[in-house]
Amino acid sequence: MTSLPESKPGAKKLGLVIDLDTCVGCQACATNCKEWNTSGHMAPLPDRHPYSAGQEGVWFNRVHSYEAGDGEDGRTVHFPRSCLHCETPACVTVCPTGASYKRAEDGIVLVNTDMCIGCQLCAWACPYGAREFDDDQGVMKKCTLCIDRIYNEHIPEERRVPACVSTCPANARHFGDLGDPDSAVSKLVAERGGFELMPELGYKPVNRYLPPRRAPKADAGPPKDAGPLPSQITNPLLRWVDKVLSR
Amino acid sequence: MNPAPSIVFFTVASGAGYGLLFWAGLLRPLGWVPASPGFGAAAVGLALVLIMFGLLSSMAHLGRPERAWRALSQWRSSWLSREGVAAVVTFGPAGLLFLSVIGDHTALATAMGLLSALGAAITVYCTGMIYASLPTIRQWHHPLVTPGYLLFAAFSGAALLAMLAGFWGQAAAPAAIAAVLGAAAFLLKRVYWASVDGARPVSTMETATGLGSIGKVRVLDPPHTETNYLLREMAFRIARVHAARLRTIASIAGFAAPAVLLALALVTGGVLAGICAFAAAALAMVGLMAERWLMFAEATHTVALYYGADARG
Repeated sequence: MTSLPESKPGAKKLGLVIDLDTCVGCQACATNCKEWNTSGHMAPLPDRHPYSAGQEGVWFNRVHSYEAGDGEDGRTVHFPRSCLHCETPACVTVCPTGASYKRAEDGIVLVNTDMCIGCQLCAWACPYGAREFDDDQGVMKKCTLCIDRIYNEHIPEERRVPACVSTCPANARHFGDLGDPDSAVSKLVAERGGFELMPELGYKPVNRYLPPRRAPKADAGPPKDAGPLPSQITNPLLRWVDKVLSR
Repeated sequence: MNPAPSIVFFTVASGAGYGLLFWAGLLRPLGWVPASPGFGAAAVGLALVLIMFGLLSSMAHLGRPERAWRALSQWRSSWLSREGVAAVVTFGPAGLLFLSVIGDHTALATAMGLLSALGAAITVYCTGMIYASLPTIRQWHHPLVTPGYLLFAAFSGAALLAMLAGFWGQAAAPAAIAAVLGAAAFLLKRVYWASVDGARPVSTMETATGLGSIGKVRVLDPPHTETNYLLREMAFRIARVHAARLRTIASIAGFAAPAVLLALALVTGGVLAGICAFAAAALAMVGLMAERWLMFAEATHTVALYYGADARG
């Protein structure tokens, strides 16, 4: 069914919180995503010309790098982009076959690749570029929020998080229930002023991004108790003492 | 957006086919087109051929064409599914219309003609809404897109009907309709272009990344060195100079010239009218291909913003 499940207050909304302050752009999340998912729920994630020029393939997570602002306020920001598991995902409602669906129990957006006809309208409908087409199978694929890890009772409990979250060396990725205001991720979003991407389009993404922290302002003038400059000290002995102590 | 030839051909051919079916179904009972079974068979037959070629062409776009029947199931939420249902349902009265005009059953032909016209209008409306309902592409999410699809289908269908009626020496009524619709289509497209060119983009690199609070956002490094599906499909770029030329071709060859030719057909009558109507229909189809190609080529998708596309497109 491509009609969306009824949204109830307090319903579970599983998603990611990505910290743009600590992300170092190492690409580990993208790599581990590809590694896990190419043999996971939506496997395989095919590549074209993997060992020659013109290689490209299906990736559910891609890390962009941007510069924002100018001068002292300018920042380099590494920006991982993946499915945001929107509350009102048009990728689901435009699907003519029922292959795309949003799970009522946790809000995860999935594709049933056995029903997909490969019309690719969902890719047009997604503002965030979360859907990638598998040319080999002729069907659409996307991030599953590692549904085959987070509920997997065959792996230790601490590993039951999406592959991208488990691998991040900078702890820039957090996973949890954003529908619960008391969850760790919801508190983190509240504390750090987490934001949505392109809220103006009305897709109501569940994933949140935490903004880069502002660098402390460097004061232009010398500190008030800096004392006289070495050139202003006329006594040679005092000048020598000042030089030694200033080292 | 990537102007896939299968979709460009599909929407132009099936649009003209539904337009032709609409006018054939509507004008026959009024006696504004030749009443002979031969003419009716030619008009409805050509409409059905165009529609079927269009639908087959759209199947070529699918990754798994053998599963196309599944697209009829989600009409509650999906305009693409609604279009599929409307197209399949319309084949019923359209097929019966074809048989009844051959068999010269006037009453049945009238009823089936009106039902076919209704089905054709609903199908083209759904086609337009597939595009107009996508907020991701500002050039499509525009109030003139669906009226445009309806008007261009009605115009090209009327031009084809005038061409066929010209062979029977009775092109006057459909030629008059097509001339008026051609002029209206010319105006609509001009207003549409002026509107999308002047509009402020809804989303920018700053809203796409949420980094606007820091300042202007620029790409430092892309996530991959080669191209990918998203860039091939949704970051298609057309040189402005080509776009300007194609706009001229689409509006002059597609709408203005056929409208003038059809008006000429109305004035001259006889063999000359037939030739004018034929030329008008041929030009309209070529011009509409250019118009539809541009509809994709000039459309900008928000995903291209992540790769540093100019928000204005």
